[in-house]
Amino acid sequence: MQALVVAAHGSHLNPDASDPAYAHADAVRERGAFDEVREAFWKEEPHFREVLRTLESDEVFVVPLFISEGYFTERVIPRELRLEGWEPDLWDSDGTSATHATLEAEDVGKTVHYCGPVGTHDAMTDVIVRRAESVTGDPEVGEGFGLAVVGHGTERNENSAKAIEYHADRVRDRERFDEVRALFMDEEPEVDDVTDYFESRDVVLVPLFVADGYHTREDIPEDVGLTDDYRRGWDVPADVDGHRVWYAGAVGTEGLLADVLLERAIDAGADVDVDIDAAVDPDSTAEGAGTPPESEPESGKERTLEAGGGET
Amino acid sequence: MTASEPRFEATLDPDALESLLARIDPDGVDFDGLRLEPAGGGEYDLVTPETTRRAVSPADLADAEPPVPAYLTNWRYWQDVGGEGTARRAFLRWCERAPRPEPETETETTPRDDREPLPVPERYAALEDGIDREWGQLRITPRLADDPETASGERVYDLTHRVDAGRDPADLEIQDEPRDARRIATEDGDGRYRPLKTAPTLVSGWAFVGLSGAELVETVDTFYPATIANWHRELRGDLDVDHWRETADRQTGMYADVADLPRETVEWMAEACCVDSQCLKRREWEYAPDDELEVEGGDGPFPCREPCSLVVAAARTWTDLEQEPERTYELELTPSEVRQLEALIDAVAEGRTDEIREADVADGANRYRARYLRAKRFDEDGLDVREVSTAETDGESGE
Ligand code: SF4
Repeated sequence: MQALVVAAHGSHLNPDASDPAYAHADAVRERGAFDEVREAFWKEEPHFREVLRTLESDEVFVVPLFISEGYFTERVIPRELRLEGWEPDLWDSDGTSATHATLEAEDVGKTVHYCGPVGTHDAMTDVIVRRAESVTGDPEVGEGFGLAVVGHGTERNENSAKAIEYHADRVRDRERFDEVRALFMDEEPEVDDVTDYFESRDVVLVPLFVADGYHTREDIPEDVGLTDDYRRGWDVPADVDGHRVWYAGAVGTEGLLADVLLERAIDAGADVDVDIDAAVDPDSTAEGAGTPPESEPESGKERTLEAGGGET
Repeated sequence: MTASEPRFEATLDPDALESLLARIDPDGVDFDGLRLEPAGGGEYDLVTPETTRRAVSPADLADAEPPVPAYLTNWRYWQDVGGEGTARRAFLRWCERAPRPEPETETETTPRDDREPLPVPERYAALEDGIDREWGQLRITPRLADDPETASGERVYDLTHRVDAGRDPADLEIQDEPRDARRIATEDGDGRYRPLKTAPTLVSGWAFVGLSGAELVETVDTFYPATIANWHRELRGDLDVDHWRETADRQTGMYADVADLPRETVEWMAEACCVDSQCLKRREWEYAPDDELEVEGGDGPFPCREPCSLVVAAARTWTDLEQEPERTYELELTPSEVRQLEALIDAVAEGRTDEIREADVADGANRYRARYLRAKRFDEDGLDVREVSTAETDGESGE
């Protein structure tokens, strides 16, 4: 038997933070690719610490639903899963190239294939492009458009910025969009100045975040100037300094992300018999997790979240 | 079907019997009181606590008097459940009060089941109407399936909130699949998010009806993640408890400081967060392996094996707060106002503020009483207090 564990941050304060984890795990479940599929969390239950013992499978593929390699994927998750002999070097990664490492979990004696995060998988580039297609409603979007991949920046570690740049480079290499940029919330080039960085009239903004939360629903919309007050919502596209900005909401809520989970597990040797491309409903998004652009995002209560809990 | 006609009597049809016999391996069967051994010539020796019959033909088996069919279908059902040694199987057996498998590791500290195990005939009689068990706020009711299509002896499981025990099922909202439990478990009755799944704030008014064993386990695990696995470990004597010190020492990053929390505050913390009124897990972790906390761990069926993420996160706040030195303050209060402060803190701590009636000004935690006290004793900076001593460690802010 083999199991897939989707390892996500979760939140003590905001129930929506775990929606993408559940939605993507459900999508994998429905394909019947694994005998067991479980969500596990740092702030919710089952905790990373106790998820493995809920499985009957002896072989477990753990995929972190995180954007970048860093503190959570390199230290917290392996420690809490009790992966014997883990050290980040086992991934042999340059910051975006982790695939997997195979270890044993001490408390349960199971074989764990510990995968790199979804955020740095090559297939994530497709998810970003898909996000641009869905927010513009144009499956051919590209010509005449700029695309910005937006991330935290160095708040936690340098790999966070690397993941953003990695995908921006890959989208650029496809020569589909007129201009492609990596922009950040807390370092240069800053997303606040988005219109300074693009000549194209139309710019799609895709935040590389796992879940929608205060960064994607409050900070970015206000900083970019989509709205003066996030509570009143914003238009898609919104007029900002003579540009039309198409703001997509967190990439982690895109239905296609379930495929990245599967790809991660397959890369790590999972015996999965599904046709990934055929199985995706192009219009699906993580249920309950997407922010309809015209909707009014929730109040600012979650601002008290510790270290941006849930947005990783 | 009436309760006076046990349904297992009529349903051991030839097909069911044939498939049963096909499963008997050469060593025979020894399960839940049933012993069945091939006796050669296609015949069997049959022993149950009630009956001993040698060299029985399949035709005789098919006609066997109760409770033999119960023993046979019971064996078949548990063969289908499979999963020997798994938590899933042990839990499903606990649900219907079947005997525990091997009490090999049972010790003084192995939790006792509060209900006696039932031998097969009694168990089948009880399963006719359903056997009720409680798991936190859940009520689990295994019963014999009344669907004539399913093999005789098949169990199905109903699941409701325990407060809905006596309610007409028609009043309950019937759920379709195990993952519906996720939505039910997300918010309490006031619409507040429940970050702690084992908080005793599960809403009622819903029912899962006719779940399979695997679906039941999945649903219970959604309401109370990992409780079955840890209960099973405890039963087998290998629950791996991590006490406060180990858990705190393991933390890094923003939680690294919780290791500095003084011992007595861990005691207060367990009293604040882990008692049964706040969390249905039975706290098995202590301050350290040889240093027990005084506060009660609780009585729930499933154990808590280490401080949860909510407690660790709260501990971080207390770690910060407890670094402040104590000081002495002076303020004017009437004796009743002192009582009122106690009443206010109690009401918040017990989550009782919603229950205090609007006009019940005799209750110190009544809103008008609180507003009055604020009007009287607060100035623009809050409570009107004067600091009369300054802690030695903090020489700056005294007056
Ligand atoms: S640490 Fe306390 S509050 Fe948390 S799950 Fe255990 S008993 Fe419940």
